[in-house]
Amino acid sequence: MQAEVGVKRGFLRRGMLAACALAAGATGFDASRAVAADEVNVYSTRQEYLISPFLDRFSEETGVKVNVVFIKEGLIERLKAEGKNTPADVVLTVGVENLAALKGDDLLQPIRSDVVDANIPASFRDPGGEWTGLTTRARVIYFAKDRVDPAELSTYEDLADPKWKGRICVRTGNHGYNVALVASLIAAHGEEKAEEIVRGIVANFARKPQGNDRAQVKAVKEGECDIAIGNTYYMGKMATNDEKPEEKEWAAATSIFFPNGDDRGTHVNISGAGLTKHAPHPKEGIALIEFLTGDEAQEMYARDNFEYPIKAGVALDPMVASWGELKPDTVNIEKIAELSPAAQKLIDRAGWQ
Amino acid sequence: MSAQQFTIDTAGRGRGGTLSRSARASRFWTTGLGLLCLLLALPVIAVVWMAMAESDGAWTHLLDTVLAGYFKNTVLLMAGVAIGTTLLGVPTAWLVTNCRFPGVRVMEWALLLPFAMPAYILAFLYTDILEFAGPVQGALREVFGWQSPRDYWFPQIRSLPGAVIVLSLALYPYVYLLARASLIAQSVCVLEASRTLGCGVWGSVFQVALPLLRPAVAVGVALALMETAADFGTVSFFAVNVFTTGIYKAWLIMYDVPAAARLACMLLVFVLGLILIERWSRRRLRYQHTTGRYRSLATLPLRGGAAGLAVVCCAAPIVLGFLLPATVLLVNALGVIDTDLLAGFWGDAATSLGLGAAAAALVVVVGVILAYGVRLDGSAPVRALARFASLGYALPGSVIAIGILIPFGALDNFVDGLARENLGFGTGLILSGTVAAMLFAYLVRFVAVGYGAVEAGLARIPQSIDGAARLLGERPVSMLCHIHAPIVSGSILTAGLLVFVEVMKELPASIILRPFGVNTLAIRAYEYAIDEQYDEASVWALLIVATVILPVIGLSAAIRRTRPGASGQTGETLRL
Repeated sequence: MQAEVGVKRGFLRRGMLAACALAAGATGFDASRAVAADEVNVYSTRQEYLISPFLDRFSEETGVKVNVVFIKEGLIERLKAEGKNTPADVVLTVGVENLAALKGDDLLQPIRSDVVDANIPASFRDPGGEWTGLTTRARVIYFAKDRVDPAELSTYEDLADPKWKGRICVRTGNHGYNVALVASLIAAHGEEKAEEIVRGIVANFARKPQGNDRAQVKAVKEGECDIAIGNTYYMGKMATNDEKPEEKEWAAATSIFFPNGDDRGTHVNISGAGLTKHAPHPKEGIALIEFLTGDEAQEMYARDNFEYPIKAGVALDPMVASWGELKPDTVNIEKIAELSPAAQKLIDRAGWQ
Repeated sequence: MSAQQFTIDTAGRGRGGTLSRSARASRFWTTGLGLLCLLLALPVIAVVWMAMAESDGAWTHLLDTVLAGYFKNTVLLMAGVAIGTTLLGVPTAWLVTNCRFPGVRVMEWALLLPFAMPAYILAFLYTDILEFAGPVQGALREVFGWQSPRDYWFPQIRSLPGAVIVLSLALYPYVYLLARASLIAQSVCVLEASRTLGCGVWGSVFQVALPLLRPAVAVGVALALMETAADFGTVSFFAVNVFTTGIYKAWLIMYDVPAAARLACMLLVFVLGLILIERWSRRRLRYQHTTGRYRSLATLPLRGGAAGLAVVCCAAPIVLGFLLPATVLLVNALGVIDTDLLAGFWGDAATSLGLGAAAAALVVVVGVILAYGVRLDGSAPVRALARFASLGYALPGSVIAIGILIPFGALDNFVDGLARENLGFGTGLILSGTVAAMLFAYLVRFVAVGYGAVEAGLARIPQSIDGAARLLGERPVSMLCHIHAPIVSGSILTAGLLVFVEVMKELPASIILRPFGVNTLAIRAYEYAIDEQYDEASVWALLIVATVILPVIGLSAAIRRTRPGASGQTGETLRL
C-alpha cells in the first residue's frame, strides 16, 4: 500500500509540474504591442489566405513585414478593449456598415494620404477620411438560363411580383449582404414602401432561406428555384473551380442579371480598410493602405477575387467584364451603413428568416 | 487527535475560540475556492455589466418580433437533444458493459468516435449530402426521373428535426461516456441483492441499475444541453433560428452590445434554471457505495436476434456519427489536397496540440480544486458558487471571449498607465491578445467538463473515508494527494482527455483572442468553410479528427480505470 501511494504521488506531482510548465511556456509566445520598426499589424475579417498574396507583394516591395490576425466577430470589441495599447495598425473588413461602426466607436483615425485620395473617388471614402473602400461587390440576380428569359427581369422591386411565386432562392435575412440590400431599398423608397416590397419578395421564396450564396446557385441549377440573389464574385469562383468541376456546372447553368440598371443602379457594397486610432506604426499602415489602392493590388483583387476594383483605369477580369456592365446604385454608400439596423428590423418584421 | 476534538473541529472552532489547524485548513480552502470561482465568473460578470448599459433599441425590437420564436426553437432543440442523446447514449452504454455480442470489444471504444467529429463539420456534411441539390436527392431524381421538388417528398434536412438528429449524434458521447463510467462502477452486490429480493433480470435493470445511473446521465445530458444552448454555428447550417441567433443579430448586425449581453444573461438564467430543476427533482436521492467489494461484472451473452439488435443499436451511431462523415471528408479532401494547401500545417498542428494539452492540464487542476473544495465544505453557498463558476459552458465561446477582452484590457491599460506615470515606461498589453487569454477562455468555457467529471468520481468515495483520514490527522491537501487523487485518477484522466478534445475543436474564442501568428486547425478549417470552399475545409477538418482520434480512444481506457476495484489492481502490479 505504501509503495502504491508513493508511486501515485510521484505521478501526480510530475503531472502537476508538467501542467504548470506547459501553461507557463504557452504564455511565452506573447505578442504584446510590437514596436519594432518596419512592421505593420493587420486585423482582418477577410481570411488570411485570401489577403496574404497582396500582403506578400507589399512586403517584397517595401521590406515591411506584415503580421495578420483573422478575426471575424469581436473585432470591434477587441480593438476597444485593447485601447491605446492595441498592436493593430490597419483593419481590413467588408461591408460599409462595419467600417462605419469602427468609425462610430472612435477606433479609427484619418488616413492622411494624397495617394489614397487620388486612387479612390471620394464617394467610396469616409468624408472624414477614416476609412477607404478598396473594391466593390455587386449583389445581383442569378437566373436559370433554360427557364428564365432575361427580358422578364428588371429590378429588385420586381422580385415582389407574384409571377415569381415559388421561384426565388436566397440565403438568410440575418446575413449582412441581405441586410445591406434591404438598406438600399429603404434608401430608395422609405421604410414603409420597402417593407411592402420585402414582404412581396418573401412571399415568392421557393424555400425557407438557407445555405450560402453558392448554394442558391446550385439550387437554381438543380431546379429547386429559377432565380437567386447572390454576390457576383461567387460566379467567378465557381466558374473557375478546377478542383470541384460540379461548381462549374452550377455556374454554366446560370447567368447574371444586374438589377435596376435602368434606374438607380445595382446595389453594391464595399470592402475597405481603416487606420486604427492608436496605430503603433501609422507610417507603415498608411503605406499598406496606399499599396492596396494602387494599380497592382487593385488588379489582383479583380483577377484573383473577381471583385470590382475602385481605382479608375484598372481593368476588370475578362470574365467579370463578360457578365455585362455594372452600373452601381447612386445612393451614398454611407447611407447603407446608417440604415442597416433599420433594415434588420424590417427583415424581422417581414418574416425573412 | 481524539474523536472528541474531531467533532469540535468540524464545528469550526477549538477550545478558547481559536481556530484549530484542521478548521484553518478548511477555511483556507473555502476562501481560496471563493476567489477561484470569482476569477472563473469574471467573464460572466463582465457580460452582466455590459447588459446594464442602455440598449439602442435592438432589445425591444427583438422582444417584439422574433425572440419568442427563437426561444421556442431553442427549447424544442434542447428537448430533442436531451431525448436523442439519452436514447443514443444509455442503451449503448448498458449493452457494451453488461452484454456480450459480436464486436462488443470494438464498439466499446468506437462509440466514442463521434466525439472526434466537430459538430459544425457534421452539420455541413449532412446538410450538403441530404439537401435537394445534394448527391442523395440528385441520385433519386436520376433514378426515378423526377424533375422538381413538387414531384416527390423527401424530409427537409435544414429543419429543427435535422438539427436535433445531427446535434444528438455529435453530443451523445458525453452521455455514453458518463453512463458507462457509472455502470462500470456499479457494485454487482446491489444488483445481486435486488435479484435475491425477487427482481427478474429486467426488473433489476429498470428498478435498480437505471435509477442508479440517473446522476451520471443527468450530468451527461446537462453537458450536451449546455453545448446546445451555446451553439450558433451548427444550428445555422440547418437554417434554424435559435436564441443565440438573436444574440448575434443584436451584436453583429444591429451593433447593440447591451441588448446582446442581456440576451446572453437570459440564456444563462434559463440554463441555470434547468440545472436547478433537475437537481431539485432528485434532492432526496443519494447514491453512495457502501461496500468496497468489487468483482468482475458478469456479462449477459446475447445470441441470434438479440445479438443482431445489439449490434445495430451500437453500430448505428458509430456509422452515422463517424464512419460516414469521415469517409465523405476523406473523399472531399482527396480531391483538393496538395502541399500549397497544407502550408503551415505542422506549426498549426503544434499550436493546437500545445493549447489543447495546456488547457487540459489547467482545467483538470482547477476542476480538482473546485470539486474537492466543494466536498470539503459542502455548504449550500459553496456549492452554488462552484455551479455558477462552471456556467461558462452554456455561453457561446464568442461571448466568453468578449467577457475576457473587457476585464483583461482594462487591467492591462490600468497597469500600463500606472507604469507610465511612476516608472516612465509603458508595459503595454500583458494579458490581452496572448495565449494566456486564450487559455483562460478555454478554462472558463470547459471547467464544467473537468469539474463534472472529477465531482462524479469523488462522489463515489464514501464520506466515511474522509472522516477516517482526518481522524488519522490528514490535512486537506495531503488527503487529496494521498487518498482522493489516486482513487479518482481515472476520472481525472477522463476530464483531461475530454477538455483536450474540446479545445482542439474550439473555434470562436480562439479566433477572437489569439495573437498574431497563432493559428489552430479549427481556424484553418473555418477560413475555408466561410468562403464556401468545403473541400478545402474538409482537409483541415480531417486533420482535426486525425489528431483527436487517439485521445478519444484513450478515453475508453480512462473510464475503465474509474472502476473502484481497478485502482487496487494497479497497485498490485506496481508493487511487483
